[in-house]
Amino acid sequence: MLRDITLGQYYPSDSVIHRLDPRVKFVSTMVFIVSLFLFKGFTGYVLATIVLAAVIKISKVPFKFMVKGMKAILFILVITMLFNVFLTPGEVLAHWWIFKITREGIVLAVKMGIRLSYLIIGSSVMTLTTTPNQLTDGLERLLGPLKKIRVPVHEISMMMSIALRFIPILMEETDKIMKAQIARGADFESGNLIKKVKNMVPLLVPLFISAFRRANDLAMAMEARCYHGGEGRTQMKPLVYKRMDWVAYVLVLIYLLGCIALRIWGGMLP
Amino acid sequence: MLIELKDVTYTYSVGTVYEVNALEHANLSIEEGQFIGIIGHTGSGKSTLIQHFNGLVQPTSGQVLYEGQDIWGEGYNLRALRSNVGLVFQYPEHQLFEVDILSDVCFGPKNQGLNKAEAEERAREALTHVGIGEELYHKSPFELSGGQKRRVAIAGVLAMNPKVLILDEPTAGLDPKGRDEILDQIKYLHDTRGITILLVSHSMEDVARYAERLIVMNDAKVAFDDTPKAVFAHYKELEIMGLAAPQITYIMHALKRKGLAVDTAATTVEEAKKSILDALADRRKA
Amino acid sequence: MGIIKASKLGFDYFKYNEEGEEPEKFRAIDQVSLDIKAGQFIAVLGHNGSGKSTLAKHMNALLVPTEGTLWVDSVDTSQEEDLWKVRQKAGMVFQNPDNQIIGTVVEEDVGFGPENMGIPTEDIWKRVDKSLEAVGMLAFRDKSPNKLSGGQKQRVAIAGVVAMKPECIVLDEPTAMLDPNGRKEVLKTVRELNEQEGVTVILITHYMEEVIFADKVYVMDKGEMVMEGTPREIFSQVDKLKHYRLDVPQVTLLAHELKNAGVDIPDGILTTDELVDALC
Repeated sequence: MLRDITLGQYYPSDSVIHRLDPRVKFVSTMVFIVSLFLFKGFTGYVLATIVLAAVIKISKVPFKFMVKGMKAILFILVITMLFNVFLTPGEVLAHWWIFKITREGIVLAVKMGIRLSYLIIGSSVMTLTTTPNQLTDGLERLLGPLKKIRVPVHEISMMMSIALRFIPILMEETDKIMKAQIARGADFESGNLIKKVKNMVPLLVPLFISAFRRANDLAMAMEARCYHGGEGRTQMKPLVYKRMDWVAYVLVLIYLLGCIALRIWGGMLP
Repeated sequence: MLIELKDVTYTYSVGTVYEVNALEHANLSIEEGQFIGIIGHTGSGKSTLIQHFNGLVQPTSGQVLYEGQDIWGEGYNLRALRSNVGLVFQYPEHQLFEVDILSDVCFGPKNQGLNKAEAEERAREALTHVGIGEELYHKSPFELSGGQKRRVAIAGVLAMNPKVLILDEPTAGLDPKGRDEILDQIKYLHDTRGITILLVSHSMEDVARYAERLIVMNDAKVAFDDTPKAVFAHYKELEIMGLAAPQITYIMHALKRKGLAVDTAATTVEEAKKSILDALADRRKA
Repeated sequence: MGIIKASKLGFDYFKYNEEGEEPEKFRAIDQVSLDIKAGQFIAVLGHNGSGKSTLAKHMNALLVPTEGTLWVDSVDTSQEEDLWKVRQKAGMVFQNPDNQIIGTVVEEDVGFGPENMGIPTEDIWKRVDKSLEAVGMLAFRDKSPNKLSGGQKQRVAIAGVVAMKPECIVLDEPTAMLDPNGRKEVLKTVRELNEQEGVTVILITHYMEEVIFADKVYVMDKGEMVMEGTPREIFSQVDKLKHYRLDVPQVTLLAHELKNAGVDIPDGILTTDELVDALC
């Protein structure tokens, strides 16, 4: 059933990683991603692999869930790797028609592949261990300083959490509308692209109208409950750093320094 | 036999932790010209059941036959089946999309391959049958009242000339008068066009008044399949299922317990009135 | 003055045609006066489009009257500076359960109102616990609203309003989209709130069975208040109700028909027991 789909693929468990403040997880993920692009030699990737493996182990999330996110970008991954293999100039290893495979190309492709995969797995660790709500809360707090330059941080985060609540509802609604129109002989499958797009009209019109109606209702319901923007608002679950969060920050800092050190002095290692 | 369900089971999310049977071993046969009520609380499997009748869902096991043919057999034309077995969903907002009412009702006939003139003729006929007058034809379907929207939605399916019309709670959210008007219109379609009607409802009072046969769904199974009177005789079992008999049934049973010789099988106000008046007359004589 | 008082309330809305020039004026409510005492259970009946929802939205200052005045706990709802006071005093529950739950977790949704009111974190938790308990949804506090039944969602919505500690709760057709069990569930919750917590309840509905417990029933038609009285008084007038596109519970109708046929029973029978007692 559609309503059973857990959005943002949260995997409930009670690991240390799950309990960390979302801000910590967000910052750590960013640092991890940056570190992937800092490395020059393979030593760095060994370090990243060890750290990633350790975090996954601690998070108690089965590894197969991590790889799930990979499927979606497999195509992009392969394309990127192919581009690198064929289009990097350097020492030619093989030659076929207009394509050349170079040593540098292969090295670059492998690096690129690892970077992208780790980037996805790293972000998956965050989304799998943090509820969508915590994520938006964390983001709101992290982006808080932007309020000074008039970025509507609270509103953006409110919009994100409302979207999270309504996506499953709208997905279910899409399913119902499709069935209602199929019952009237609508065809959503056959025909060429233009025909297909045209055939979507009977689905999209009711869906949009319903979405607008819902938005209108929701706005009214929020007003009725005294919502008037972020000002003067308190929080039921304010984010407070605990000891564990500071420990995590220190570990992340050590990791980052390690990566920078590798970048600077890495050349001396084999 | 028009439609037959043979040992139909439908399972959601097969192979996952969410696996659940929405329909279990359903055996039903629908005969032409019947007016059938389907009741059951939310999640009892009645929505899944009706979607089997026009091939919107495929049974996990078992067979669905339309006029003796397996609708999931090789080469079977499901779109033709959906013209014959019309299904109107609960919310008209889920199907209305055109700029005006007439073109919206034309959507079904056009999908059947009719040309514009033929489709319009069908649409006009269908709209007349649901009581929507010509003056509304060029209005936007979104400007209509709740009751009118339902009628247009029903017309949208009716215009495909189905032999069977399945309606999923066509009166939900309507006021009492609007409810009676829609139900009377459905009854009229049944009586004049000879359409087989399957009416999904939450209201025992409504099915008691209109249906000649009642299918009760409970816990993904067909719990009862009989005349309304026979089903409501099991009112205690219905209560265990989270359902209830019409209020009249309770009144009649209470009167009988108090010694008034009324007919406990009465399910409508008219029947109850007659039975009570007779019983009172007998009491006076005695 | 009662908790909610309206004096000659009128509300117009405008409908713009496609050219957008001359807006058409429609009168949604007209000359409505009422006075609701604190602690009462009030029902407002009316067919679709009778103006009952428009009236409800006035009580929460979602709409302000075109003419006349409406006071919530002596606060004039048309005074902009008192807007949030009015909305806190008169909480509102809407028809569609999906479109009024904001939080992705039950307890967070209940906390939404208090958060907006600027209640300190600790007190929010107390209010949330108490409200969820009052509607019997404490066991579902960690659940996603998407996994609840319609009746449960409405109870969460009610809890969300209760957490704002309102003087009265206005429910705008809260059961129209629910099945019979969901309707019973919501009605039971509302009655308990009224009886045990003493919250004034204004229930807008077109289900006749839901109003027999009300202290007072108002009937609206074409924007006007056309009937007013106890459920018994209202339900004695079967023909008049039918004229307003409404009906009466089956038992009341049966009693009415029997009386018309010459049986000696009182008017406005509301329950099976009353009819049985009258006949036997």
